[in-house]
Amino acid sequence: MSEFEPKIVAFVCNWCTYAGADLTGTSRMKYASNVKIVRFPCTGRIDFMLLLKAFAEGADGIIVSGCHPNDCHYTSGNFHARRRWVVFRGLLDFMGIDVKRIQFSWVSAAEGAKWAEIVNSTVAAIRELGPYIEYRKAADYLAQQEKEVFNG
Amino acid sequence: MDELRKKATELLQSGDVQMVIGYEKGTKGPRPCFISVPEEAHKLIFDEQCTGNLAVYLTHKDLIAGQKVAITASYFALRSILRLFTENQLQADRLVVLTVSVDKQLIVFTAVDDIAAYLQSAPVPKREDDAALIARLEAISREERWAFWTEELSKCFKCYACRAACPMCYCNKCIVEENRPQWIQPWASTLANVEWHINRAMHMTGRCSDCGACGAACPLGLPIHLLTRRIVQEVQENFGIGANEAVQKDNVLSTFKPEDKENFIR
Repeated sequence: MSEFEPKIVAFVCNWCTYAGADLTGTSRMKYASNVKIVRFPCTGRIDFMLLLKAFAEGADGIIVSGCHPNDCHYTSGNFHARRRWVVFRGLLDFMGIDVKRIQFSWVSAAEGAKWAEIVNSTVAAIRELGPYIEYRKAADYLAQQEKEVFNG
Repeated sequence: MDELRKKATELLQSGDVQMVIGYEKGTKGPRPCFISVPEEAHKLIFDEQCTGNLAVYLTHKDLIAGQKVAITASYFALRSILRLFTENQLQADRLVVLTVSVDKQLIVFTAVDDIAAYLQSAPVPKREDDAALIARLEAISREERWAFWTEELSKCFKCYACRAACPMCYCNKCIVEENRPQWIQPWASTLANVEWHINRAMHMTGRCSDCGACGAACPLGLPIHLLTRRIVQEVQENFGIGANEAVQKDNVLSTFKPEDKENFIR
C-alpha cells in the first residue's frame, strides 16, 4: 500500500479559504499535492450531494472549508452551512459512510499556514485509512450503466 | 367512536364540510376512506391501530379541490398538520381537525395553537421494534452499518411509495425528477438508491413528524423511516428543537444561531 496516493477534493469558499490557499502558495509554503480545489461562492452553496458525487467519482477524502463564523462575505452563509453539515454528518455516520474522510474547517484569507496544515494532516489521515473502495463499489453499477449509455 | 361518527354526520349534514377523511375497516387493518355523504359516516373508525398519516391527503389538490374537509388525525398526523400550517400549505378556515384522545374522548380542534398544546400533553405512541433496530445499528461498527444499509437499500426499486406516503413531500417537482443537473440517477442501483434516501432524509430536516409512514409504505419493508428519525434526533440534540416544537418554528436549515455547537470543524 506504500504507493497509495490519496485523492482529495477540497470544496472551498471564494472569499476566505480560496484566498487562504492562494496565500499558502504566494508564501512559498510547500504542501501535499493530492488536493484538487473546487471554488464556490460561499460554503452555503456547497450542496451535500457534491460531497457524495466526489466520493462516487473516486475521491478518497474531502475537505470542506470556508470563512470563520461571523466572517462570511454574505453574513450568514457559513452559519447555514454549519447547521446542514451537523445534520448531514450525523446521517452519514448512521448510514455507515466514513465521516472521518470528510474534514470540515474554517480557514481565513490570512491563514495560509493553517491551510497547508489542514491539507497535510488530511492527506496523512486518508493515507492511513486507505482508498475508499467500499463506497465506490456501490457506484460500480452506475459507472457501468453510464459507459453503456455514452459509449455504446 | 360513536361520538366521532355523530360529529362527522353532523358536519356533513350541515354542509359545514364537504368531505371527511378518516379510517374505515380494511381487510387486514384500518384503511383510509373519504366520506362525502352523511349516510356513510357510520363506516368511520378510530383506534390505536389507526396510525397511518392521513395528513398526506391534505396537499392533494385534485382530491381536496377547494372543498372544506374534516380529517381524523392520529398523533403524528397532528404534527404533520401543524408543520403544513407553518409551511403555508393549509388554510385554517378550510379544515376541521378531529382526533380521539387516549382516553377515548373526541377532540375537535378550533385553533392551530390547540393542536400544539394537545401534542405537548398527549403521550407519544411507542414503537418498540424500531427502537430495538436502532439500538442494534448503533452498537455495531461503521463498516457493519454500511453493509447493513447497502444490503437493504440495494433492494429498493425506486417506486417512490415513501415519497407518496409522506405528508411533507408535496413539491410539484421533486429532486429525482430534476435532470439539469441529474443529481440522482433515475435507475435503481445501490448508490443511486443510497443517494435518493439521503436526499429524502435531508429534505425532511426539521419537517419530519417521525410518523414512520415512509417505512410503512415501503413494499419491501425497508426500515427507511429510521433515516428520517435519525434526522429528528440530530435536530433535537444539536439545535434543541424537538419534533413538537419544530413544527411551530421556522425551517431548521434556513435559520441558524451563532452559538450553534459542533465538534468536528477545525
